[in-house]
Amino acid sequence: MADDPTGPPADTTEIPGTIVFDGRRSREGLPLNNLAITLNKKAERDAFVADPEAFMERFGLSAEQKEAVRNRDFHRMIELGGNIFFIYKIGMVDGLKVPDIVATMAGMSTEEFVEMMRNGGRNPHG
Amino acid sequence: MAEVIAGFGVSHIPALGVAMEGDGTGPAAAVFEKFAPVREWVRSLELDTVIVIYNDHASSFSLELLPTFAIGAAEAYAPADEGYGARNVPVAQGDADLSWHLIESVIPEGFDLAVAQKLDVDHGLTVPLTVLFGSPPEWPVKIVPLEVNVVQQPTPSAQRCLDLGAAIGRAIASFPGGTRVGVVGTGGMSHQLQGRRAGHINSEFDRTFLTDIVDNPRRLAKLSNTDLIQEAGSEGAELVMWLVMRGALGDNVTEVHSAYHVPVSNTAAGLIAIDSRTATR
Repeated sequence: MADDPTGPPADTTEIPGTIVFDGRRSREGLPLNNLAITLNKKAERDAFVADPEAFMERFGLSAEQKEAVRNRDFHRMIELGGNIFFIYKIGMVDGLKVPDIVATMAGMSTEEFVEMMRNGGRNPHG
Repeated sequence: MAEVIAGFGVSHIPALGVAMEGDGTGPAAAVFEKFAPVREWVRSLELDTVIVIYNDHASSFSLELLPTFAIGAAEAYAPADEGYGARNVPVAQGDADLSWHLIESVIPEGFDLAVAQKLDVDHGLTVPLTVLFGSPPEWPVKIVPLEVNVVQQPTPSAQRCLDLGAAIGRAIASFPGGTRVGVVGTGGMSHQLQGRRAGHINSEFDRTFLTDIVDNPRRLAKLSNTDLIQEAGSEGAELVMWLVMRGALGDNVTEVHSAYHVPVSNTAAGLIAIDSRTATR
């Protein structure tokens, strides 16, 4: 199953709550991450806003990746091979800020997340 | 010959750039107060060129072509549009002579860098310049960017980063002329931007790192990538870039300034300033 990009990562130690962006994920996520980096250009941002379905089709996203983008489900995008430094650009098009996006990863509201960070962040010892 | 005058470890969080652009009032006052004092010392050093070890954040390198190490050898580096317009900072002037000297020195030693003669640079490189130099109309130094993949595993090991830094230090020492060089390692400190553990901050690890980067970098070089992700967070693991900086400074160094603040945006922010001049010892 070494060639199955949808399988579990083969070469990373499991760290709870942490999705390590390795080769396995990068292979699966390439269409999604290629879409995202294209948003560095203003004309492409406008094209994405104007017709997101055509834009996703152009990069060959999987049905699941398309659904995650439609729903702006950033945690799901990460699970489907998205890299945080790429997919956050999708949120930026909507005017989101990084804490808005990161909060959703943690399953929290922006307010809850910002409050946790103000109090020193998520304690490594639980 | 050229000399490495100083080394710096500096977080490159976009919100740190915003905080350090201001006059130190408002919500960012606490951060400004901790980080801005380094600027006076930096000014006194009269640096000619800084080598900035940074990572690209999906600005110039896509996942279709992602070098593990890439050195800039351009005459100038423009700020990149990262998806919401470019940072309003000057175009950085390159020190292409030093870039090519480094390339011609370290590749024969076995450090196989990719070479970029065009490279737009993002907040990973420009925020540390703002921390060190403020918001001048032009940066007061030339730069040499050294980009490190810390985005996709496997990233280069901490030991490899320290060793590359040492090779860069040797190369600078053989560069003709009297160029006064600073070396800046960027990124960190602990943070995690994805997964349910997002928001991870490990101040105990960070504070030890700030001490050991000066006094015991060889201990830090023993950390595995998994150790770094576990302790510093999946994005905090980028702290390996500070080891490239540290490797370039040699053994006999003095800490000048250290700062730490939680949070800046979603991240722990840190700064270390290290004197590596032979003449002051």
